[in-house]
Amino acid sequence: MSNAKEVTDATFVDDVLNSSDTIMVDFWAEWCGPCKAVSPILDAIAAEHSDKIKIVKLNVDDNPEMAMKYQITSIPAMKVFRGGEVVKTVIGAKPKPALEADLAEFLA
Amino acid sequence: MLHVRQMIIIGSGPAGYTAAIYAARANMKPLLIASSVEAGGELMKTTEVENYPGFPEGIQGPDLMLKMQEQAERFGTEVILDDVVSLDLTGAVKTVTLGNGDVHEALTVIFATGSAYRKLGLEDEERLSGQGVSWCATCDGFFFRKKTIAVVGGGDSAMEEATFLTKFADKVYLIHRSDSFRASKVMVDRAEANPKIEFLFNKRVEHIYGDGLVSGVGLIDTVDGSETTINLSGLFIAIGADPRTHLVHGQLELTSAGTIAVSGRTSVTNLPGVFAAGDVIDPHYRQAVTAAASGTVAALDAEDYLAALPADVLASASPVAVSA
Repeated sequence: MSNAKEVTDATFVDDVLNSSDTIMVDFWAEWCGPCKAVSPILDAIAAEHSDKIKIVKLNVDDNPEMAMKYQITSIPAMKVFRGGEVVKTVIGAKPKPALEADLAEFLA
Repeated sequence: MLHVRQMIIIGSGPAGYTAAIYAARANMKPLLIASSVEAGGELMKTTEVENYPGFPEGIQGPDLMLKMQEQAERFGTEVILDDVVSLDLTGAVKTVTLGNGDVHEALTVIFATGSAYRKLGLEDEERLSGQGVSWCATCDGFFFRKKTIAVVGGGDSAMEEATFLTKFADKVYLIHRSDSFRASKVMVDRAEANPKIEFLFNKRVEHIYGDGLVSGVGLIDTVDGSETTINLSGLFIAIGADPRTHLVHGQLELTSAGTIAVSGRTSVTNLPGVFAAGDVIDPHYRQAVTAAASGTVAALDAEDYLAALPADVLASASPVAVSA
């Protein structure tokens, strides 16, 4: 449904931690209604700011290792990575303007 | 010039969609503003719905809402997944402004925005929100496998969440500030019969502890004032909800309960052409089926209102469509 690339426990280091881009990981699951609601909004933000930020998805059901490592206890959880470090965490589905405000420093 | 519609419905729970089904079948071509991330309303966060008539085997909350949306769309309801940011309800033509900047106009508005989860109002609640403090058992229960957690509340949602969470957690405390429940007997009985659930009566949550993640709660006994601390890693808050009325403050009259005031058993508010339905007018029953019924009342009231308008005013709005 979403256009975002899926990352996994196996690809996380290469795709996220070693990337030179600003990457936001959307921790989600099939059974999470709010995750599905926010997914098209993240797609839209990624499309509008493709030069600033990349948005990828990690399914917490299939990838428990990373979900545990980043202490996910609530989804959707969106973590922005730069140089292998988490620089911002946004939790919960929010309308597009609210998410853009949360992410303003990375979209400008 | 803007195209003035006959009806805009704000809200996409059972009240909003049922109003849309009735209005659409009456050829009013309603526009329904469903919200961007909360479309479908509170039932999107529930699991099995066992008390909605017509589904003897039960139905999943999100499935029920999807069916309601399909039924509304089948008769010509236009659904927009965006949020209303402002409203002007005072004139003969009502103006609705959305998050994307679009402005829509209509002769009638049905306001069915439901309610928003109540917070405990504690200092650390916001900080630990998403770090062990949660309002959505179906979203977050998964992360508390083999953990000790607690649910706060005494209504049906608290019972349902506690029971649901035992699928994951080893132990679920149910913290309630009195010793009697608002919840229905069947829900209480089910929770009581569950060996993983322990009831803590007459306890109020006073503190939520935790550095990065929740590590425990401090409780005060509401009878003798004694304090206890429990170690746990998750706190699910299910203490009810408040009617979502911030968009209409200063325009629509509210009751002392904070709900939108309507006349008797109707959906008629203090402003002509503005109707309200569902949990936003209901401080008491707040069921999917009562909200749906309330949506019907609003659609019929709006239809009566439109029928009584002078012909030239009505003609300025979208014409009643005649199917080709």
